[in-house]
This record gives sequence, C-alpha cells and structure tokens, in this order.
Amino acid sequence: MSVNLLKESGPREVFCGLTSIVWLHRRMPDAFFLVVGSRTCAHLIQSAAGVMIFAEPRFGTAILSERDLAGLADAQDELDRVARELLERRPEIRTLFLVGSCPSEVIKLDLARAAERLNDELRGRVQVVNYSGSGIETTFTQGEDGALSALVPLLPSTDQRQLLMVGTLADAVEDRLIHLFGRIGIDTVCSLPPRKSTELPGIGPGTTVLLTQPYLTTTARLLRDRGARVLTAPFPLGAEGSRSWMEAAAKDFQINADQVATVLDPLVARAQSALAPHRDILNGKRIFLLPESQLELPLARFLQRECGMELVEVGTPYLNREQMAEELALLPEGTSVMEGQHVEKQLDRVRATQPDLVVCGMGLANPLEAEGIATKWSIELVFSPIHGIDQAGELAELFSRPLRRRELIRQALNPPSSAPIDSDPVHA
Amino acid sequence: MQLTLWTYEGPPHVGAMRIAASMEGVHYVLHAPQGDTYADLLFTMIERRDQRPPVTYTTFQARDLGGDTAELVKRHVREAVNRFQPDALLVGESCTAELIQDQPGALAAGMGLNMPIVNLELPAYSKKENWGAAETLYQLVRSLLKDQAPSELKHDPKAWQQQGRRPRVNLLGPSLLGFRCRDDVLEVQRLLNLHGIDVGVVAPLGATVADVHRLPEADLNVCLYPEIAESSCAWLERSFGIPFTTTVPIGIGATHDFLVEVHNLLGMTPPSPQEGIRQSRLPWYSESVDSTYLTGKRVFIFGDGTHALAAARICKEELGFEVVGLGTYSREMARPVRAAAKAMGIEALISDDYLAVEAAMAAAAPELVLGTQMERHSAKRLGLPCAVISTPMHVQDVPARNSPQMGWEGANVIFDSWVHPLMMGLEEHLIGMFRHDFEFVDGHQSHLGHSGGSGAIADTEVAVSTLTDELVWTADGEAELKKIPFFVRGKVRRNTEAFAKSTGRNQIDSETLYDAKAHFSA
Repeated sequence: MSVNLLKESGPREVFCGLTSIVWLHRRMPDAFFLVVGSRTCAHLIQSAAGVMIFAEPRFGTAILSERDLAGLADAQDELDRVARELLERRPEIRTLFLVGSCPSEVIKLDLARAAERLNDELRGRVQVVNYSGSGIETTFTQGEDGALSALVPLLPSTDQRQLLMVGTLADAVEDRLIHLFGRIGIDTVCSLPPRKSTELPGIGPGTTVLLTQPYLTTTARLLRDRGARVLTAPFPLGAEGSRSWMEAAAKDFQINADQVATVLDPLVARAQSALAPHRDILNGKRIFLLPESQLELPLARFLQRECGMELVEVGTPYLNREQMAEELALLPEGTSVMEGQHVEKQLDRVRATQPDLVVCGMGLANPLEAEGIATKWSIELVFSPIHGIDQAGELAELFSRPLRRRELIRQALNPPSSAPIDSDPVHA
Repeated sequence: MQLTLWTYEGPPHVGAMRIAASMEGVHYVLHAPQGDTYADLLFTMIERRDQRPPVTYTTFQARDLGGDTAELVKRHVREAVNRFQPDALLVGESCTAELIQDQPGALAAGMGLNMPIVNLELPAYSKKENWGAAETLYQLVRSLLKDQAPSELKHDPKAWQQQGRRPRVNLLGPSLLGFRCRDDVLEVQRLLNLHGIDVGVVAPLGATVADVHRLPEADLNVCLYPEIAESSCAWLERSFGIPFTTTVPIGIGATHDFLVEVHNLLGMTPPSPQEGIRQSRLPWYSESVDSTYLTGKRVFIFGDGTHALAAARICKEELGFEVVGLGTYSREMARPVRAAAKAMGIEALISDDYLAVEAAMAAAAPELVLGTQMERHSAKRLGLPCAVISTPMHVQDVPARNSPQMGWEGANVIFDSWVHPLMMGLEEHLIGMFRHDFEFVDGHQSHLGHSGGSGAIADTEVAVSTLTDELVWTADGEAELKKIPFFVRGKVRRNTEAFAKSTGRNQIDSETLYDAKAHFSA
C-alpha cells in the first residue's frame, strides 16, 4: 500500500447517522423510522426530507421531554405508548425501526429492550428492531450500516447457494445487476435491504455476499457470523470497479472467466464511450474530496483511473482498511488519504491548493462556490443510481456537470467590464 | 415523550444561530455532538447564503465523552476567537450538550477574552426555536447596552421635532429563516421613508455590534416580528424609555393601523385611510367582480402567532373569506389568537402537535388552507388547496423575486398567492354543471397544470372519518352528494349527517340532503 494515510481530529462538518432515514424510508416503504431523541433530531430529518410533501410520513420522532429526563415518566412505558399511538394511526406499517440518537444514548435509554418487548407484544403484525443513528457514534451512511445490522438477526436461515448484494441500490440498478449476474450464470441473487421489509432474504453457509456500499462494516461482520462469505473487492463504481466487483462473485461461483468476459467486455467498451465526453471535461482537473460518506475512496479511484482526474486530498470520515484494501491498492502512489477532519484546517488546505472541483457537504458547497471554487455536493451520490458498469457515464456526469455548468453560464453572468460604465442602465 | 411527525419549530439553539447568522461580527460557539452541523444547511441551502454561518461546533463524539469535554469546549472557543476575531461571542449548548453540563458559557467567561461574551441558557427540552432567538437577541442587546442605560428615563419620541431632523425608528425582529424578512424590511423601510421617517438600525438582520450600541438613538422601536423581538423591545422601553409599536403591518387594514400608530407615537399627523387603496392593488383586485366567487370561501389558518393573526384579518375583512379555523403553535401568542378567534365565532387551536392540527383541519372541512410547510402535508392528504403564510418553510419560500408580506406590496403578493391555489371561477362553474367530462374531472384544477384532481381523496377521507355506525347513506343519497362540487362536499356531508342525527334519522337519502341544505341556509 503506497498511499499516504493521515489522520486529523477537530471540528467536523458531517451528518449524523439519522440522515440515512432519508433514503431508507423509500427503499422500504412499509417500514417506519421512529427516532427517540430531541427536537434537534426531529428538525434534522424534516429539514433534510421535508421539502417533499408527505401525505403519510414514514418517519417521526419521540421527543424526550423534561419529565423523561427527570425520570418522572418511565421511559419504557412512554415508548410503548408512543409506539402504540403510531401504529394505531398507521396500521399498514410492517417494520418499526426504533432509532437511537445522541440524547437517548447519553441517558442510556435501552432501546434494545424496548424493541424486544414491543416485538413480543406485536408478534405476527409488526416487527420491531433498533439501531443507533446518533452523531456521537455514527456518521451519515453508517446509519444504514446500523439499520441493516438490526435486520441481520431476522434473516431466515438457508443453505441455498446464492449471491446476496448488501447495501442500498436504486431499483433500476438492482434489476440490471440481477439480470447481468443471471447472464453470467449466477441465478439466485437477492438484496439487503429488500424493497419490502417483510421479504427479507435468507442467509447461511451457501451465501456469498458482495457489498455494494463501502460503509457496511458491522453488517458484513454479522453476515459472516451467520455463515456467509463476504468478498473483498473494489466497489461497483465505474466500469473498472464494477467489472472487478462482478468478477469477484463469478470467481466465487467458479464461473469460467471466458463466460464472464463474453458478457462484460461489450458493456465495458460501451461504458468507455459513454465516459468519453465527461473524461474530456474532467481529465487533468484537480479534485479535493471532503469526508462525508466513506464513498470517497472508490469515487477517487474511479475519477483518477477512468476520468483522468488528479487527486489533491481524499477525505473519509472512517477508514475500514481491510474492506478498503483493494481500493487503496488502486490509488496512485502518494495519494493523501485523510481519515477524520478538522474542517477549518481542511478548508485552509482547499483554499491553498485551489482545486478545480471540491466534493463537500451542503453546509460548505455554496460558501465555497461564492469563493470561486467549484463544488459537487456529496449527498447526491447516495441518492443517485451510480452503481454498475452501465452507470459509469452517469456517475462521471455528476462530476462533470458542475464544471460544464460553470462554463455555460459564467460568461453571461459575469460579463467582461469592457463596456463603458455610463451605459449601465441600472446604475446610470 | 411526544410523538412528533413534523415539528413546527427547531430547538432553541437554532433560534440562537438565526440571530448570530443574521448579524455581522457575532460568533457563536455551540457545544454540540457531531452531526448537529446539519443546521448550517438551513442557512446555506434554504436561505441560500453564500457564507458559512458564524458558528463553531465542538462536534464531540462518543469517545470524547470518556475524556475532558470541558477542555474540548475551551479549545474550540480559543480557536474560534483566534480565527474569526468576532466583536462579540455567544456561547451555548445544544440538547445533547445540555445533558452533560459542561457550562460552556461560564468556561468561556473565565478565559480572559477581550470581547463581550453572552452565555446562552436555552433549555432545549422545554423551549423552542423562536424562544431561543428571542432570548438570544434579548441577552445580546441587554449585555451590550446595560451599562448605557440612563438612571432616569427621559426619552421623548417627539424629540426629533426640536432637534430639527426627521424622526428615526429601529426595525427590530427581522432575521434569517424568518418568513420573507428580507423583503419585508425593504418594504417597511420604503413605506416609512415615504412618510418622512428614517430607519436607524435594523436588527438582528444585517446589524453589527456597533449598530446594537446605536439602538438607543432611535425615537421609536418598530417591532416587526414579536416572536423574535418583543422581549428586546420591552427591555429597551423599560431601560431607555423607548416605546415600541404593537401593530404588525401585514394586510391593508393592518398597514394603515401601523402607520397611524407610528405617526401618533412620533407626534405626527396620521396619513389618509385612502393610502392603501391608492398604493396597493389588493383592494381593487378584491372588489373587482372576478373575486365575487371568493365570498364565503371557507379557510383554515395556522402558523406563528403574528402571521396567523394577520391572515385572519385579511381573510375576513379584505378577501371576504369565512375563517373556519384559526390557530397557532406560538404559545406566547395564545391570548391574542384566542381573542381573534372568538371574535370570529370559532375556538382557537393552540398546539404544536401536527396531528391535532391535521384533525382540526379535517373537521373544519375548509376550501383553502393557509398554513406552514407542515400544513402542506395535511392539505395534500386531505386534498385541499393550500398556501404557505408562515414558517416553518422550505426553500421555495425564500424566492429570488421581491415578495414581501408587509406593506402595500405585501398585500399584492398575498392576493396572488392565496387566490392562486383555488379553482378559477369559470372552471368552478363548469365542473358544477357538467360532471362527465373526460379531461376536467372532479377536483381537477387545470390552471395548476396537472391532470386529475385531489378532491376525490378529500371525499373518501372525510367519509371514513365521520360516518358512524348508526348512520347509513343510501345509494340515492350518495349519488346526490356526488353532485355537490368537490370543494364543499366535505362540509355538506358533515352538515347532512349532523342534521340527520339531530332529527333522529338513521338513513340519509337525497331528500335528507336537501332538507339539511335548506335547514343550514335558513
């Protein structure tokens, strides 16, 4: 491994794990996410998702009051009451996630016990599970790791030889990958999370797991504990990464390499032509990625190897070296990989290096744009269909678009000041 | 514990952030866990600001809790002061930090820093955003000005006459993440200027620490947003004798009353009541025959106290609507809202429970909802037209175009945006006449550009919610009900059922419906 691994601590500008609810509620529309926390938690989720108008909200918050903190109300009784109230209003809910937050963790409210008790009470109607999405323990996408970890014990056991894709995928991407695996010769492919929370895939010694997302450390461990084999491969971003990722599964299923090449080679060739126009824009441009989702390493690898970008710094909120080994090996010698963050110092480095594109959160994007630095806001990457060989062009487009946009509008919006001042009708 | 699907207000530290971010040269050190920086997005995305809010978060994590979190606070205070060199520092906690009790304000005060430090005590488990903003502004104003307060109150709001200058007022209350504050300030400034009144300091929006020091130089304080500025105005009156206005100029009548109040307090001759008719288009638009069909439209109003009260008056006196529901989540404003509701013969809803508001909305069966971003959810569920009049809001309510709510232009904006969601008059008539069209179906609003209406949903919702076991609609009754235009169908159904119950019938047929109609219109 030849990259330059660095660590930094200080003020962080990241989401907490509760934010994962914003996409998980769409993946499993029959599930409800009940955060146990404060008004801050409620405000966070609604600020992130509230621009959509919901006839039937799929998430909510049990807001702790002073009575709960003072121990005047039994928190477990209160939780039961709130859960019943909720299920009465929404009888179609099949899975209830009790989601821990900073306040509930700090006062050590035992949500696991609450989930167990409610599960007994509601058996056959609603399954109740719990995980933590608190900021003190989880960063952004790690919330999904928590949610999926909570589902692992509920997966039925099976000995069937099968491939399990783990991590949220866009529906169309999921369908496409299943189709392609079928053409390679892997017929039984299922996904975690499923589209319906009640249709959980089986798990057992015959299961081979491919992680679609890099942030599933705990989920992977629990799946291993249930007897599954979790492969290590580059993540399926870009044509190259996706191909290696699919090959890893094919190898595990002992499928003839020629068969794989017959299916995938034409796709890779097509992806390269889809990439070409974006490569024209991105080639030679310098990119700086701030920590957000743990997707930064695979993205940096894709942007450098397939789009010709130069990596200034690759930030990540957390680095699982084992699962990332193959990604790290593909990064160029000497790449600065920064785990953790001191946001002010990191911004100093951004300003000092003046990259062509900065991948950052929305708290920083507009302020950096106003300083004249082009940005790509990073959350979009977890909301977009970016996985697989066929999506390589779309993925590159997410990064070329802000640069192309600048070229498109900059001149007209910032006309050269050659015109005489007195011809300006506004200031005349 | 309270089950909350949507919250009307954020936690109080978001209110404090609004004050810090609205001002210049004020920095806020917030003791908060990793993740609470989400609040930056409210400013960079919803308000679309081009700079980061002046907030340093300590962003502690679980592993820090084992160590010295107090030292962590001090390190961040030191770093923030060195890097940003503010003129004044706010120090406070978020909800999680409140639980671990590091006393960050006291820590900062003991660090020997050379600037005013305001220690914010904002109880996150009992208070909310607007309270946090009001408290922060009050504490900031008080700590910057308390040494300046005269021992004896001798302020004269008419002193400008002797001094031979134009009268000067402060505009207090406008802030980021307030509803249309940016344009309200411009509109009120323009309005006052037309009457020869200067604006001294606008705070907190755009104010510096030096501006706060200039607050006592004004003849009068204009309290534009009582939720944010009333406590500060009251303190300035107590400590400096400066009176403040209590009328918020939203709507034609209120703007006139506001001008009269300002002129009287300053010792000037009040303007003509005709000014609104000359300066705003709302009066003529509302009087023109095209608006006749707006008469008696049933409207449900919910929002912060200020905007709900203003909307109720506009609806009743200026647009000719019937207010069938009025409420607020601002408990501090409960009393005036109750009084206004009582004057309209209804009972006010004082609640921050989204579900209670939704239930009240369903029960009132309005034809138009004027509310917050949250009411858009309920209105969608019930299939009702809706316009946003108050925070909480989302990005679409921080528009690029000039769109005040206050003053004469504000009334123009209000006329357009409240009437827009309603079905246009001709379409309303034709749907009442012909119900078998393949394109303009029941509930369809073609001026909104989408096909298929929402009224059908409202009908089934209301049907499920009100039909009781002992009441049965006959097929003939249902068929007759279907002929009622969709936007009043909910109301007719409820009235008919109430009538049937009161007259001891358990079957409702078409005749019952006509009986009820005659009964209620009599």
